[in-house]
Formats: sequence, C-alpha cells, structure tokens
Amino acid sequence: MARLTFKGGIHIYDGKNLSKDKPITELLPKGDLVFPLVQHIGAPAKPLVKKGDPVLVGQKIAEADGPISANIISSVSGTVKSIEKRLTATGRMEEAIVVANDNEYKKIEGFGQERNYMIMSKEEIRKAVKEAGIVGLGGAGFPTHVKLTPKNEEKIEYVIVNGAECEPYLTSDYRLMLEEPEKIIGGLKIMLRLFENAVGIIGIEDNKPDVIDKMKELTANEDRIQVKSLKTKYPQGGERQLIYTLTGRKLNSQKIPADIGCIVNNAATVAAIYMAVAKSVPLTHMIVTISGDAVAEPANYRVPIGMSFSEIVEAAGGFKTDPEKIVFGGPMMGIAMYTYDIPVTKTASALLGFVKDEAAVEESVCIRCGKCHEYCPLNLMPSQLQMFGLHNDYEKFEKNYGLECCGCGCCSYVCPAKRSLTQTIVRTKQLILDKKNDTSSNHN
Amino acid sequence: MSGMFNVSAAPHTRSPITTKSIMQDVIIALIPAALFGIFNFGLRALLIILATVLSCVVTEYLYCKFMKKPVNPWDFSDVVTGLLLALNLPVSVPIWMAVLGGVFAILIVKMLFGGLGQNFMNPALAARVFLLISFTSKMSSFTLEKVSSPGLKDFLRDGALVLDGVSGATPLGQLKAGETVDLLKLFVGHVGGTIGETSTLALLLGAAYLLYRKVISLRIPLSYILSFAVFALIFGGKGFDVNYLLGEILGGGLILGAFFMATDYVTSPATPKGQIIYGIFLGIMTGLFRIVGKGPEGVSYAILLGNLLVPVIDNLTRPVAFGRERVKNGK
Repeated sequence: MARLTFKGGIHIYDGKNLSKDKPITELLPKGDLVFPLVQHIGAPAKPLVKKGDPVLVGQKIAEADGPISANIISSVSGTVKSIEKRLTATGRMEEAIVVANDNEYKKIEGFGQERNYMIMSKEEIRKAVKEAGIVGLGGAGFPTHVKLTPKNEEKIEYVIVNGAECEPYLTSDYRLMLEEPEKIIGGLKIMLRLFENAVGIIGIEDNKPDVIDKMKELTANEDRIQVKSLKTKYPQGGERQLIYTLTGRKLNSQKIPADIGCIVNNAATVAAIYMAVAKSVPLTHMIVTISGDAVAEPANYRVPIGMSFSEIVEAAGGFKTDPEKIVFGGPMMGIAMYTYDIPVTKTASALLGFVKDEAAVEESVCIRCGKCHEYCPLNLMPSQLQMFGLHNDYEKFEKNYGLECCGCGCCSYVCPAKRSLTQTIVRTKQLILDKKNDTSSNHN
Repeated sequence: MSGMFNVSAAPHTRSPITTKSIMQDVIIALIPAALFGIFNFGLRALLIILATVLSCVVTEYLYCKFMKKPVNPWDFSDVVTGLLLALNLPVSVPIWMAVLGGVFAILIVKMLFGGLGQNFMNPALAARVFLLISFTSKMSSFTLEKVSSPGLKDFLRDGALVLDGVSGATPLGQLKAGETVDLLKLFVGHVGGTIGETSTLALLLGAAYLLYRKVISLRIPLSYILSFAVFALIFGGKGFDVNYLLGEILGGGLILGAFFMATDYVTSPATPKGQIIYGIFLGIMTGLFRIVGKGPEGVSYAILLGNLLVPVIDNLTRPVAFGRERVKNGK
C-alpha cells in the first residue's frame, strides 16, 4: 500500500527517542489536587460541591453547564478544600476546585463495573461518555459527547482514530497504543455501534511500526476496522490533514468533520470512551509525557487529573540543567509557561523542558523565499498574512484565507528570517473571530 | 524553582536554516564558477570579484551608518550581490567601473528601495545593465589582446589579459554570425564571455549544491531553460540543430541567469505556479532578445523585465486555501 500523506508540512527532529521506550508508570499525588472548571472548549462546568464536602474517586464534582461543556470528575477521595482561582496551562487563572487528598482512594458506587457495550443502547453509550467528562484529549478539548452526537448519524462514513502523534517529543499516545491497544480497539467498536454506516480507521504514523503491526494483528478479524500507516510528517495528526490523508476529503475551517461524514478522535480519547462505557471508569487519569533535553529522566506517567506538574517533574528526577523554557504540550503547538506549578488537566498532558529556547531569536526582514507557503499544509501565504495582520488589514487577511490557519507552526518553523508568522496570524485570526462574535451578540 | 522561564507563543522550535545560511550556501555554490573564471581569465578576474564584493559590502555598511539604521547583521546578502555582479562582468572592465557597479547595485537598487527583501529588481543584474547602457563598448568588449607572459601591470591595465586559447568572440556572437561552436569547450567553459558565465560545468555544480540544500527548486530554472529552448527551436530559424540549440543554451548567461539570478527570492514569484509562469516568461523574453533583437545576449534584460512582473504574477497566482473555493475579488 502506498504511504499516505498530504501536501506541505515539515520533517522535524522528533525527540521521541528520549521517552518512547519508557513504559507507562503510575504516579500517586502527594499534594492537593486542583480541578479547573475549564478544561475544555465551551462553558465552564458548574461546581456541585462546596468547601468542606467529602468527595470520592469518580465523583462528579462539577457538571456540564450548557450544551457545549463537560463534567469534571474527582480523581481522588478527600475533602474539598476551597474553590478558588488557580493558574492553568492555558496561562489563564481559572476557577478551580481544590481537593485535599485523604490517600484512601475510596470509589463511588459502580466504579469499575463491567458493562457489555454491545447490548447498550446508543442513548446509554452517549450518556456514559457525557457523564465521564470526556473531551478531546489531543489538546483541543472539545466535549466528546457533543462530537458523538452529529445531526445525521447515519451520514457518518468514517470513524477515525488519530494515532499519528505527530508533535515532536510526545510519546504518551504511542505508549498507550502499544501497551493497551485493546482499549483503542474497544473504544472504536463502541463508536462504530453509534455510527452503523461507518468504517473505523486507525491512522498511525509509520515511525511507530510496532504499534501498526500490533493493531493490524488485533483487528485482523474485524471487518469494519482498518489500520492505516501514515507517512511521518508534521502535522499529520492535524484533523484536516488526517481526514484528507485517509479519505481524500477536504475540510475547511467553516465546517466540522461530521459535515463531510467523518468523526475524528485522538487515541487517548478513544481509550477514555472505552473505559467509560465498558468499565464504568470516568476520565480521572491522563497519560503524560515528561521530556526534553533539560529533564533528568524523561518518562511516561499515568497520573490523576489535578496533580501538580511540579510533582511529576520531581518524579522524573527534576531538571539536570536549568531549563530556559517549559512547554505544556508539544514544541509546535504547546503553551510556554513561566512556572510548572500547574495542575494536569484534560488538555495539558505533556511537559517539556528545554535547555535552550530556540524561539528566542532575532526576527529579520522577509526575503520572500516562499518557504512558509511551500510548507503550509493549508496552502496559505503566511508571509503575506503576517503583513496584513501587522497592518491590521483584516479585510485582506480574510480574503487571503487567514481564518483557515490551523496554527500548526510550520511557517514559523521554516522561516529563515525567523519571523513570528504563526504567532501573528493566530493572534489576528483570534481578533477577527472575537470581533465577529461581539457583533453577532450585539445584534441579538 | 529558580526564576521564571521564557514565555512566547508557539511554535517553540525553529529550523536551523537562516537568511545567513542561505546566503552562505549561494556563495558556496558560486565558488566553482568564480574559480573557473579566475582560471580562465587570469588573476584579473579575482581583482574584479574583490572590487565588486568590497564595494557592495562597504556601500551597505556606510549607508546603514549614514542613515542611522542598524548595520546589517552580516547576512552576506551584500556579498552575494557583489559576487554575482562580478560574474556578470567581462574581465576587461576597468576596476572603477566594477566598483561603480557595486555601489549602484547596493545603494540605488537595494537600499534606496528599503534594503533586503524590498528591492524590486535583482541588484546585481540591474547594476550590470546600468553599466552596459552607460559604458556599452567597455561592457561588451570580449575581444582581448593576447599577452604571452603577463607582468603585474598587465593585470591592472584595462583589457590586457592572458587568454591563451580563449577566443575573443563569445559563443553567442559566433552563433549570431551563423558559425558553429565547440560544444565541449562550451560545456567546460574555455570560451569568451563574462567572468562567471562561461563554464556550464562549474555553474551546474553550484546549482546542484543549491538544489541539494533546497535553497532553490528546479521550477524557475527548468521552465526558463526549456521554454527558451522551445522558442529557439521554433523561431531560431535553424530547425532542430543540436549545435545551435545547445550553443544557445550553454553559450551565454542563460545557465548563470536561470539558476542563480532568476531564482533570487526577493525578485521572483513566491508561489510554485507563479514561478513556472515566470520561468516561461523569461524563456520567451530571452528568445525574443537573442533571436529577434539585435544583440546576441538577452538574459539580463529578460530577468529584469520579469522582475517587474513579479507582483502581477504573485497576484494572479494567489493560492486558494486547502478545502476552500477561490474568493472573488469583488465578493
């Protein structure tokens, strides 16, 4: 089979060797656990507990508020210490429920109960996913139960598991797929129950041949599931690139995957769906990669949501060299923070420490080399879009498809003049979208 | 925790390729042609190269000082301009003319239009054409007197050169006059011409390096050379005459122009489609200049004209985003 790929994108040092052979190990939290009410796209969750309340493992401590929102589940048992503003990996201070851990890990009733998803109704499956507080764990954080409830479920033709993990350094999905592939396959089967006209595709970059082999072996008898090897190239795991690569369908920013018959979920999310539906285990834990050249012992850990990253850094032997930069997420799209005393959330599942900040470089003038365009997976003209952005020329920015930018970072990466292309474009796009939202709400 | 960490928006990693490394690659790629030029035309070629490079670097430095701009952080783009200019001059030009060319390239064509990235014409070529128009006879004199054993003063004297075995007339001149040319000599470069244009072999070596380093792509050079070949085939009046066709392709500034001048980032289109259109335009214009026009050469004029069309080409080949339909200008 020909290797599948897309136009544009970059081949980049992936640093995965640092942590790819480190099996997932469990870490127990020592300090308090912090559960921000915003760990997803949409409205903040509404707290169901107050200061002094006892909580159990698996207990819903905040519930989805509105159609696009998600439940928050406690990962430990103990007492609610306070509800206060805490710094999150988005850089914002968010209202958060702080739980003092009693280290007893008492579970709610029914936690871990086996369920046969083949006889569960679609309604029950969706409810289980919603109750478990599952959101897109690849970083976007879109509530999964909403994604699994498209307008026309019979029109969904492809249910795609995103196992590309194209961001450099990250290995949590790799370890998950290698060590617990049955969770991925189980989760996919559950989704295929919801979408009876769809085939399931697990897309994996070909830098993980062991995972591809294993998945192929395990799905050999599943006639509705295909495992596809994708050419290793960043951003293969981008939603639009992945859909195009696997189905040949082109998605733009004005549509969602369901509009073109696709449902895409990242591997960790699919495993979470399996755990929630088949095992009655809500989303309480994340697999995190801690890596980068400053980290003493890069590793993959399974940690409770709410645990502070500073404890995880400590578990990894701390920093062998003082890092200049700390990134939550991958180096291409992750968020740099000035501290790592930040809780693990559903969308912050990696910490990278770098000795040198490669992005701390002088910008020079554009020499019109066209590399930004050549490598743009969305066929944009980043150098021009940046100019429009810097000149606040929103009209031209839009006319030149600036709103299509997915922020993958390829243009900034390749720019020989080291211009902050992605940064300016993403900011301009946000300004325009904010302005549009303002005007539309004014009209209401 | 000691202090705070750097904070900036994603991405947090950058490729090792910089403007400076690209310019250095271009210089490396031009070295074979420059060396062959020195070998072919003698040490005076080196003198011309030094003169143009120095005048370019000094002009840029002084301009920045004088205009109180931050002095260009040695990105080597001025060296590239100087080097290209030298390779486009006949070895017999007076040194002051080479220096004047360098000053014109940097001051008038590059800096006054805003410096690197803003010039709308290739500075080296614009300077060459400026000299060609101003001092036509000196600039198009490739006929050189022979000196059997040159002394130091022969190197410095205008137009006195060792050219054992190098014929004075350029291959294109010969072709224009209806003669045939020695293709092997042409390929190696043991012929008359400007300092850097004669050796196809040396130029292709450099071009291969640039392609390998991904500094340039084949889009412009290939579409340029092919469209010129087709033009020469149809309108050259010689039919399918291999000697004539290869002579036209290898004999003048086409290889140097196609791989090193037409591919100048600043003055060529940024989209792949635009680059191909641009290459074809250059091929046709070069054909017109060489075959219909009076003179034997036309690469410089063609590329400069092409430079002027770049904004138009860029505008016409504006890419459409992945998954989107073209947005109409009027909307």
